[in-house]
Amino acid sequence: MIALSDYLIVAAILFSISMAGLIINRKNVITLLMCIELMLLSVNLNFLAFSHFLGDSLGEVFVFFILTVAAAEAAIGLAIIIVLFRNRGTIDVEALNALKG
Amino acid sequence: MDLVQSVFYICSAMVIVFAFMVIISANPVRGALFLVATFLASSVIWILLEAEFLGLILVLVYVGAVMTLFLFVVMMLNIDVVPLKETLVKYVPVALLVIVAILAMLISVVGPSHFGSMPQPAMHAADYSNTKALGMLLYTQFAYPFEVAGVILLVAIIASITLAFRGRVNRKSQRPSDQVNVNPKDRVRVIKMPSEKKI
Repeated sequence: MIALSDYLIVAAILFSISMAGLIINRKNVITLLMCIELMLLSVNLNFLAFSHFLGDSLGEVFVFFILTVAAAEAAIGLAIIIVLFRNRGTIDVEALNALKG
Repeated sequence: MDLVQSVFYICSAMVIVFAFMVIISANPVRGALFLVATFLASSVIWILLEAEFLGLILVLVYVGAVMTLFLFVVMMLNIDVVPLKETLVKYVPVALLVIVAILAMLISVVGPSHFGSMPQPAMHAADYSNTKALGMLLYTQFAYPFEVAGVILLVAIIASITLAFRGRVNRKSQRPSDQVNVNPKDRVRVIKMPSEKKI
């Protein structure tokens, strides 16, 4: 029998790995997008685990909408990366400092 | 340890290992392929959670469409693959700190002491259709958010096309501003010259 906490711990480990990926990747915006996809995956796993254990399909509906929004976000993000590469010739995170942030 | 349990632990280990490979791979193509493997392994976990429709959607939409898009973009851009070592040394302590802090916080919240004793839900009957149940919810109670999701996808289509589309390079359209700004002196030149004699 798999306890609910097992699913939640897997999701927590996945979330913290992708968080660390956001920190250590300074060369490539595409890898950052992939880390965000991993984060969304871990959140979805949480939703599905609670939905299964509470016997409520609402969590699955939420996951459905999160998948939709994540697909839209990936498409727009990749388009922005293409425009960025056309204009600057690089997608290096450290080279993108025009805003001096 | 029964079959379901061993499948769950193997797939969780695969998810975690592949996610780790995604964040440390310097080559984004390899990272995208590891992300595909992560999605496949987690779709198994989703199906274990009796979310069959969403597990299949994850494979079809994510692995089939979104990751293909990622691979297209990665291969279209000419990225020089820099080894991760130089940045790794600089940021690994911070990353380790963050990973340990977040993991400790999350596990103390969602760990076995709080959610370990949740009773196992009853298995659905063999003829239960997850797709049908989800569809009943989506087309009745959540019909309006469902439409909004369609609009969001439309916005994504329009936004990504307008961002990435450059227009044709050699199209033969009129440019009215250039036509108006023409100076007659540039077009016609009147030359005065004596008439030539008949031979």
